[in-house]
Amino acid sequence: MSESANTIQFFTGFRFNDLGFLAEAAGNTLLISVISISIGSVLGCLFGWALHVSVLARYILGSVLDIFRSVPLIIQLLLFFNFFPILGLPLEPFAAGCIVLIFYTSALVAQVARGGIEAVPDSMRRASRSLGMSYLQDMRYVVWPIGARAMLPAWTGVALGVLKDSALVSVLGYLELLRASQILITRTQEPFIILAIVGAFYFALSYPIGKLSAKLEQRWQYD
Amino acid sequence: MIELNSVNKSFGDLQVLKGIDLSVAKGEVLSVIGASGSGKSTMLYCINALEQIQGGSISVDGLDVHAKSTDINKLRQNIGMVFQQWNSFPHLTVLDNVALAPKIVLGKSADEARSIAEKQLQHVDLGDKLDTYPTRMSGGQQQRLAIARALAMEPGYMLFDEVTSALDPELVGEVLDTLRLLREDGMTMIVVTHEINFARDVSDRIAFFHQGVIEELAPAKELVNNPQRQRTQQFLSKVL
Ligand SMILES: Nc1ncnc2c1ncn2[C@@H]1O[C@H](COP(=O)(O)OP(=O)(O)OP(=O)(O)O)[C@@H](O)[C@H]1O
Ligand SMILES: [Mg+2]
Repeated sequence: MSESANTIQFFTGFRFNDLGFLAEAAGNTLLISVISISIGSVLGCLFGWALHVSVLARYILGSVLDIFRSVPLIIQLLLFFNFFPILGLPLEPFAAGCIVLIFYTSALVAQVARGGIEAVPDSMRRASRSLGMSYLQDMRYVVWPIGARAMLPAWTGVALGVLKDSALVSVLGYLELLRASQILITRTQEPFIILAIVGAFYFALSYPIGKLSAKLEQRWQYD
Repeated sequence: MIELNSVNKSFGDLQVLKGIDLSVAKGEVLSVIGASGSGKSTMLYCINALEQIQGGSISVDGLDVHAKSTDINKLRQNIGMVFQQWNSFPHLTVLDNVALAPKIVLGKSADEARSIAEKQLQHVDLGDKLDTYPTRMSGGQQQRLAIARALAMEPGYMLFDEVTSALDPELVGEVLDTLRLLREDGMTMIVVTHEINFARDVSDRIAFFHQGVIEELAPAKELVNNPQRQRTQQFLSKVL
């Protein structure tokens, strides 16, 4: 069989069906992002609190989180994905991707959350404690609402970043938007259409986050 | 009754309170004056255990403030405190600023907490500001809000730490008037202040602090008009 014959069979134009394929991949991007951002944010808030209260945590946890923040995500993904099979614990690309993205998100959110807690002046916390509030009540009813407002813009930036960075999980073979687009580009040789569509999907996923954040920011204004 | 017995307090190597003895009876108003850094604020913080002490003891209604067995959150409900910075909760309306602690600390229902808050806010003349956010109010109004917030816990004692120092001069009067009102209601108060004339007119006694010790303690008019100690005389001649 000649090579040209093979090519003719292999390359076929962009079909309507492919849109479904991309939509499914977008669903996977959404899934891994939602899981990573939500769990990572909760963890990040706990880490941020630990950084705030404990000098020891600042040294130990702070250093660990610095690693997550500074080593390129793609290297973390490959290292982690290839490390576990050595221990005899093979991981699905999806699971490996989630775990790495969760810690990556938590490392970014930890600093943001710490900043949020420290945006509440000591004197205000003294005031709430002087009313008889316990440490946890002060945290829940005073520090959290004020800190959350302070950290919202930075958190939104982290969430949007993680949504886009989740594309890197494609290197593990997880079928998300970027990987799906690569498969289609190889087959159709129509990169512009496909990349435009993928871009539109990313926009559609990001838009609600930005919108929600803007809405909260407005509702949370102090007047 | 608030009683301090040879209270020592240090921050690291810096001893800030050096054997403070003091007692404030129910219904009494004690003013505390003295130079910056003499330990006035620190003493107030020690009385409601926002700061720990290194020696001596403090009791409120016979309860040892710094004993391990003391329920500190319960104790603080009985000791209202107002600070130099008014510390309004910016995310809550004026009403909710006052209603929050009755609700979550005292376990009052939303309705009860609301009526408590309304009553206290009317008392400090903020009855028309219930749904405003504090950032929209003047410093004097926010300071009165802070007073109402503390009073909503129905404390037996009130501690005031230079509550007029951060205010524009024209707003000082309204806050001092609120304190006068409290005095008429018979509230027991310790008032740290730089307003010597106010201290003379409103308090029963004045304590003059100097570098962590009570240099002089006397009935208000006596201390201001006829100070016995040289340091008191020097301080008063500077501030009056
Ligand atoms: N948290 C702290 N850590 C270390 N030193 C402190 C702390 N708080 C207060 N000090 C020091 O303790 C001393 C007494 O402070 P304090 O605030 O009680 O003085 P003050 O009499 O209230 O003065 P002012 O009139 O300026 O309010 C000061 O030298 C101050 O620097
Ligand atoms: Mg002070």
